[in-house]
Amino acid sequence: MTLLTALQRRSDDPRRRMPPAAVTMAVLVLLTMLACVLVPGLLAPHPPDAVVPEAALLPPGPGHLLGTDELGRDLLSRIIHGSRLSLVVGAAATLLALAAGSLVGLVSGLFGGIVDAVLMRVVDIMLAFPALLLALGAVAVLGSSPTRLAVAVGVSNIATFARLVRGDVLRVRARPYIKAATVSGVRPARLLLRHVLPNIGGPALSLAVLGFGVAMLESSSLSFLGFGPSPPAADWGILAAAGRANLAEAWWLSTFPGVAVAVTVLATTALGRAAQDRLAVQ
Amino acid sequence: MWRTRPGDRSGIRWRMLRRRLLSAVPVLLGVVTVAFGIVHMIPGDPVQIMLGTGGAFVDPEREAVLRHELRLDRPLPDQYLAFLAALLRGDLGKSLQTGEPVTALVAEAAGPSLALAGTALVLGLLLGAGGAVLGELTRSRLLRAMLSRLPVLAMALPAYWVATLLLQVFSFRLGLVPALGSTGPGATVLPAVTLALPLAGVVAHVLGSGLRTADRESYVLMARAKGATRARVVLRHMLRNTAVPVVTLSGTTVGSLLGGGVVAETIFGRPGLGRLIVNALQNHDYPVLQGVAAFLGITMVVISLIVDVAYTYLDPRVVSAAVWK
Repeated sequence: MTLLTALQRRSDDPRRRMPPAAVTMAVLVLLTMLACVLVPGLLAPHPPDAVVPEAALLPPGPGHLLGTDELGRDLLSRIIHGSRLSLVVGAAATLLALAAGSLVGLVSGLFGGIVDAVLMRVVDIMLAFPALLLALGAVAVLGSSPTRLAVAVGVSNIATFARLVRGDVLRVRARPYIKAATVSGVRPARLLLRHVLPNIGGPALSLAVLGFGVAMLESSSLSFLGFGPSPPAADWGILAAAGRANLAEAWWLSTFPGVAVAVTVLATTALGRAAQDRLAVQ
Repeated sequence: MWRTRPGDRSGIRWRMLRRRLLSAVPVLLGVVTVAFGIVHMIPGDPVQIMLGTGGAFVDPEREAVLRHELRLDRPLPDQYLAFLAALLRGDLGKSLQTGEPVTALVAEAAGPSLALAGTALVLGLLLGAGGAVLGELTRSRLLRAMLSRLPVLAMALPAYWVATLLLQVFSFRLGLVPALGSTGPGATVLPAVTLALPLAGVVAHVLGSGLRTADRESYVLMARAKGATRARVVLRHMLRNTAVPVVTLSGTTVGSLLGGGVVAETIFGRPGLGRLIVNALQNHDYPVLQGVAAFLGITMVVISLIVDVAYTYLDPRVVSAAVWK
């Protein structure tokens, strides 16, 4: 929770906006990732499961750009094929957290009073548990398929989204045009749909982009700990965990899957911050 | 001006605290309920699992005795009340695996976890605050640009990646610290760095964006007009005004440091609360799971109370704002 809460903080200094070059880079990285998700077969130089015993544990080099594992499987190809699981789980988790969190945040911020007090106490209860452990517990309850992993990570982030969306709703509510609409007799439902939602959508979207990175970190950590999808499926967390067995002799195996996660998180964070520059509620 | 008299303020502070304490009660109850509930939602019958082999024949008599011992033969509300009552007595039950009291297991694991979390917190705060302040003070544009980008990088690194990298470099290549185990302060350094890195990123980011915002406040102009040096303006004026969110964040972080150290604990083979939870999950040791969850939840609620108290001292505006309510 801390991560997303920290990431969405920004200075109001216009000189500190995300430089366009960084945004372009981020978009390029994410487009590459998207291509990996959609057509891994076209991009991967080798089949991800091709066992070649004589090519076992090769260091990164011309034939295998990121090296091979103990069965001679090409690491780059495995990372490219693993992108689908990692990114789709991250995206699904974010969507779930965003949808449920926004609903809670909207209701809480709009109705205020006792509704707000009750909902925020529930949020407090969820936030009292570290997100990773909440997700672990949810995986234990739900079981560990990719779908359930996504649900678990999503559920563990609902409270954070609810908090942040509620904050945005309160900031929008303080705006004069909301008062004007209320005074001129606009009904609550219309007030919500026409005046609050359009102004909350942008910030919530940038939150979701930032939250995607956090969800990626969390879901890959769960996979790393062995609570993710079971083999032969291999997302980036599982690849990194598998590399631990050969940590001393093959550094590349546990290093590059983590780099893939970090690069994705950095790119989405850059994009999310650029979106914030344009969309945040002042 | 009467509002700022110390006597008045302590009265207001006391009233605020009372309200805060009252609102903590339902949260506390909720946290404990979640700890109880999540365990009962996990599929699988603990008694079957305890007696081993799923599906194989088990002595019904033994099963009944065990079920009775674990109070699993009683209706759920009864179990819940019994759990609450036991919790108030400080009794968290016994581990299904070893038969040890859960309280002892939690206490045993809390030591190394606290040591790790404490070290990481101090390290993260020093690194993060140092980086943010240096970024404001330095005249070098390169350093400033680097320091304003590093925090996001530190936050984007997966903990397992940092941990394995540190292990490779410092244990395997350089042989400076032992790779596994918890003995000695040397074994705390690498896991602490692992946990401190994202925390430093968070602190530097929050403090940095706060400082950059504060830089445009009128009191900064005022201080400069009075001839204060840049260092004095940043350290004495801006820092104090931007410290509040950092205190909140440090508070909320302690929880994730205590329980979320799982990854670091697993990689470095350290005992701790995170490992205890993962172990309990893998072995369906429900009392232990319940106990650690309740302990972590309660700890977090208490910490956020302490943070809110610290708030009223750090930022008197919080108290003055309450006067107008």
